[in-house]
Amino acid sequence: MTNDNFDLKKEIAILEEDCLRPTRTFGRSTQIWVGALLVVIGWGLYCFIHQLSHGLGVTAMRDYVSWGLYISTFVFFIGISHSGTLVSAILRITKQEWRRPITRSAELLTFVSLCFGGIQPIIDLGRPDRIANLVIFGRLQSPLIWDIISICTYFAGSTVFLFLPMIPDMALCRDRLTVVDSRFKRFKKWLYTFMAIGWTGTKSQWHRLEKTMNIMTIVIIPVAVSVHTVVSYIFAMTLRPGWDSTVFGPYFVAGALYSGSACVILGMAAFRKLYHLEKYITPRHFDLIGRVVLALTLIYAYLNLNEYWIPAYKMATAEGHLLSDLFYGSYSKVFWTCQFGTVLLPILIMSFPKGRKIGPLVVTCIIIAAGAWVKRYLIVVPTLLHPFMPIQEVPAAWSSYFPNYVEFSVTAACLAGIFLVITLFSKIFPMMAVWEVAEGIELDHDKKVAIEIREERVITDETELARIATLKNGQVTPTASLNETL
Amino acid sequence: MQEDNKKENKNDRRDFLKKGLLGGSVLAAGAIGLNRVFAGEKVKVVSPDGKVYEASADNLKEFHPKPVTNDEARKGIAGKKFVMVIDESKCDGCKKCTEACQAMHFTESDREWMKVFTMKDSDATAPYFFPKPCFHCDNPPCTKVCPVNATFKRQDGIVLIDNERCIGCRMCMAACPYSTRFFNWSHPDPKQTAAIGDAPYSPESSYPRRMGTVEKCDFCPDMLRQGKMPACVSSCPMDAIYFGDQNEDAVTNASGVTVKLGQLLEDNAGYRHMEELGTEPRVYYLPPKNRKYPIPDVKNAEKGKKSKKMPGMDNGAMQM
Ligand code: SF4
Ligand code: SF4
Ligand code: SF4
Repeated sequence: MTNDNFDLKKEIAILEEDCLRPTRTFGRSTQIWVGALLVVIGWGLYCFIHQLSHGLGVTAMRDYVSWGLYISTFVFFIGISHSGTLVSAILRITKQEWRRPITRSAELLTFVSLCFGGIQPIIDLGRPDRIANLVIFGRLQSPLIWDIISICTYFAGSTVFLFLPMIPDMALCRDRLTVVDSRFKRFKKWLYTFMAIGWTGTKSQWHRLEKTMNIMTIVIIPVAVSVHTVVSYIFAMTLRPGWDSTVFGPYFVAGALYSGSACVILGMAAFRKLYHLEKYITPRHFDLIGRVVLALTLIYAYLNLNEYWIPAYKMATAEGHLLSDLFYGSYSKVFWTCQFGTVLLPILIMSFPKGRKIGPLVVTCIIIAAGAWVKRYLIVVPTLLHPFMPIQEVPAAWSSYFPNYVEFSVTAACLAGIFLVITLFSKIFPMMAVWEVAEGIELDHDKKVAIEIREERVITDETELARIATLKNGQVTPTASLNETL
Repeated sequence: MQEDNKKENKNDRRDFLKKGLLGGSVLAAGAIGLNRVFAGEKVKVVSPDGKVYEASADNLKEFHPKPVTNDEARKGIAGKKFVMVIDESKCDGCKKCTEACQAMHFTESDREWMKVFTMKDSDATAPYFFPKPCFHCDNPPCTKVCPVNATFKRQDGIVLIDNERCIGCRMCMAACPYSTRFFNWSHPDPKQTAAIGDAPYSPESSYPRRMGTVEKCDFCPDMLRQGKMPACVSSCPMDAIYFGDQNEDAVTNASGVTVKLGQLLEDNAGYRHMEELGTEPRVYYLPPKNRKYPIPDVKNAEKGKKSKKMPGMDNGAMQM
């Protein structure tokens, strides 16, 4: 037992060190990477200002295709934001222990993609200067207002969801900062102290944290589902062929989970490699989350079948024109590449244990993410090119659409913004929830003991005093000290 | 309406005297009249109080009747239910209606609020012309989705847009199933802006237009307030368009022939476009039976279509 405890303590100390190490460095490669991102963002900003002063006419959008890349990207980014909820909330509720090392990055992805997804419709507005009208004259009957309400709610919720489990880690950072040399020590000291909001790890604090997390976990799931449902409603509430579909809500939610979970894998793989977290994020994790992505892809494939096969069987006039364009018309190559290449192929690959090894899984997830993005485009654009009234005698630019450099630049800037925020975040905050992983390690060691620890934590004051004492020394971790007292 | 007119006329007269402009029916008829007048030419104009003057065209200036307030424009004209009937058996596709509309609203040439389609419902059926304004639907999908109530339905049946409130989200463009709405993608054409001059904006006139907002056929409510017909109606040489008030059960065409709406629809089997969508259009069509013009050339329909021809698609025209 003593031996075990000793190992555990050491292991957790190593874990903390591994998690905090990236926050202390800002190396050459990081600098170059951030610089490159800033260049992309700068160029995108320039294009956006150009668009602001000359109107949306500088994009490729025209009266038939009145929504294009921006709105497709909006749907895609909001879709990605489902990743955090999926991993953190659903896996937490189902008590999947392996979720622990990946919750932080998933929650961060949610937060960032919501930020940048949420601004897409604003970029797409003809009069962003009148945005206050949404508040002054807002009407509840518009699907756009539903979007704003549910996205804002989700944003608030996921910010809390990201922040809550960070509190103990912030306290850890705050206490550890004193012993390491850091470049922005002053700022960091202030930031960590501020964000730890006086966390000392008392039993009542732990108790409250756990309680709040439980509530948040339950609250955030319906909010997340509502978000992508109402995003689909801006399309489904119209009479247009291809959008006028009752399956659009679940179809979008499934698409969101499918692309979001794939992006979580990409984030996992990146941080694992860059920050040397191989010990914590293991092939087993990839295998398990690979299964989750597989299940979600199957659901998504099933909804795809419903979305296309039902109208395709009937081929009603207007719908039929749209579908023939997708199936064997000008969009057929992209359409079938999407369906076979990014849905069925990933299903095949991930069905085999070998396909869930890190390498193949990462490649599959890149395919899925790219495919999901293109698929959003295929949902938005072809429908607009197949209105009920025929397109006759209009300028050539109106009857086709492909995003131009302005749209690509602005969108690229948003993507770069996502990478930038994630990079900076990971340079300031630990990318794994240290205490959660530590708890997981303990649980791994001995489930029974761990359960006792938890009870102990709630009941006695002695352990708390001991923990605070050790915390103040700044050498032994709270969780390890718990074990000691046993 | 009569009352309103009188009041307005008084205002008009004051403006008229103050500015020393020659206003009158030629002017009130809008840009169409003006465009055709050459400099130096003597023209007869009627002042708002009914007196006839002779004046040099050089002295003529654009005359804009003072628009109603935004509140009035949102309410509409009390007691009216405007309705349009378009007779496909008479329309020969000359597009005079489109041109008149464009002149009236200072629109650019690619912007056809009143658009004349060449329809062919199926391989075996005969093609016909299909002039399409905004249908001013009674169950309008476009106004439902507007987040800021910038586009609205009035008591007289007209659907308008307030381009001083519109945020340019284009939700309404997605929602309109008839591709009726246009977006001001760029700054308005400076030539048109100059022609509009300093006319004050009103949702009833739809100009001056503003970048980043939506516009569409408005049934010319500024004309209606003066007891006049929309531009397309009065400009149709074939008398194919009737316009009137459903409450009075009367519609009138360009020649001034007034007929009973109910009778017209009954005798000619009137219908509404895509009734199955449930949008309840305020525009009725009379089928192209016994047409008074040669069969249209379906090649028209091909122009501007997507370059690649889609299999299984007939000549680009859709069924009703
Ligand atoms: S035709 Fe279109 S724009 Fe006009 S009222 Fe109907 S839905 Fe609205
Ligand atoms: S584009 Fe303007 S009128 Fe149309 S829905 Fe948006 S705010 Fe309303
Ligand atoms: S002006 Fe009359 S005849 Fe000419 S296209 Fe218009 S509706 Fe048809």
